[in-house]
Amino acid sequence: MIAIVDYGVGNLFSLKSSFAAIGVEAVVTGDKAVIEACEKIILPGVGAFGDAAQKLKDTGLGDIVKNEAKKGKPILGICLGMQLLFEKSYEYGEHKGLGLIKGEIKPISDVIPKDYKIPHIGWNALDFKGEKSEIFKYLNDGDYVYFVHSYYGSDCSEAVIATSNYGYDLTAAVSSGNVYGCQFHPEKSGNVGLSILRSFCELEA
Amino acid sequence: MITKRIIPCLDVKDGRVVKGVNFLGLSDVSSPVELAKYYSDNGADELVFYDITASAEGRQLFTDILCKVASQIFIPLTVGGGINTVSDFDRVLKCGADKVSVNSGAIRNPDLIYEAAKLYGDQCVVISADVKRVDGVFRVFAKGGRENTGMEAVSWIKRCVETGAGEVVLNSIDTDGVKGGFDLEMLDAVCNAVNVPVIASGGAGSISDFTTLFKTLPKVDAGLAASIFHFGEVSIKALKEELKSNGIPVRL
Repeated sequence: MIAIVDYGVGNLFSLKSSFAAIGVEAVVTGDKAVIEACEKIILPGVGAFGDAAQKLKDTGLGDIVKNEAKKGKPILGICLGMQLLFEKSYEYGEHKGLGLIKGEIKPISDVIPKDYKIPHIGWNALDFKGEKSEIFKYLNDGDYVYFVHSYYGSDCSEAVIATSNYGYDLTAAVSSGNVYGCQFHPEKSGNVGLSILRSFCELEA
Repeated sequence: MITKRIIPCLDVKDGRVVKGVNFLGLSDVSSPVELAKYYSDNGADELVFYDITASAEGRQLFTDILCKVASQIFIPLTVGGGINTVSDFDRVLKCGADKVSVNSGAIRNPDLIYEAAKLYGDQCVVISADVKRVDGVFRVFAKGGRENTGMEAVSWIKRCVETGAGEVVLNSIDTDGVKGGFDLEMLDAVCNAVNVPVIASGGAGSISDFTTLFKTLPKVDAGLAASIFHFGEVSIKALKEELKSNGIPVRL
């Protein structure tokens, strides 16, 4: 069973449906005991970092995710959920993340050419970095995934497993041990996205 | 590199896709779920569902259908039609829509865009504008293109973007249905005024219309069309292969 952590941000309908589509049981939950009982955890998220980080703190779910990660349970952060795994974000101020991935979240406007539109929205190709990650085992270099974001993972070169070029090689996915993160939306990236979720589900716990 | 998006648009009335479709191999050509699946499997980058229902029952049916589509199709979905309040946003987002497009609702209540963007983020709010030349000036039309609002279009669209719209669908009434190509002049004017994605709509009649669009106006992010895809005149795959051979980045 996969726990999709519900801490009150965003809509988890598509995410839940995408697990159903690959035949994996998933539960949307904010219940500590349920999350602890599941084999794997998805940390979703849309919206602003500061607000989401505060909600993770207020609900106590941030600590639970952190503890489960430290026990070695596979965790996958998606979009803002990936950013929340980082140490810190500079989105509207300065906010602390869960610190499971070494690095910081910064505006893409710092690094992309001035005439590029913000947010980075649409389908972009993945360039794998280093040894191909387990979660990409069904993918080919250059496969397309769907992005919507204005901030990116910076100073995280040790953890980067894929980038996407938008006038700059933006962090597309990260991993550190059992902790994984995708800046893009696998649940909106067609069969390519579903196969990433499938390989995450197949990871050895 | 980010790719140019190709987006089929489906008009839905009382839970069924209207404007006949003509595909082989579909058991039910007016089932939104079947059609959405067909397009998703055949290279569509995104789908737009337009609710053209007038009744409350029809609206409920639309929402149910949307949930069904979103539980089976995993590409971005945009929903438009009948979006007048923030609770309309809520209704369709809960069913798995990713973006919501507003048209007449934003004309009646200009605060709608700001309120929705604050709640759901700019990336979620699309301003869809029906624009027509009147005495040489681009004017915004309401009520499905029937009523001239008198507003100048480029400044209206600019204002919508400033208050929180994260994307623009520009539908030229002048070229819509003519199948003589997109309205390059109108699109150019809008692209130069805003720095959010612009989706071209109205006028696509052939593959070369898309090639011309993206070659002439590299700032346009996507092309939207309905009937040429529905009637199988243009297959999305063939269209994308042609774009690619012209050096235009697409997802194949």
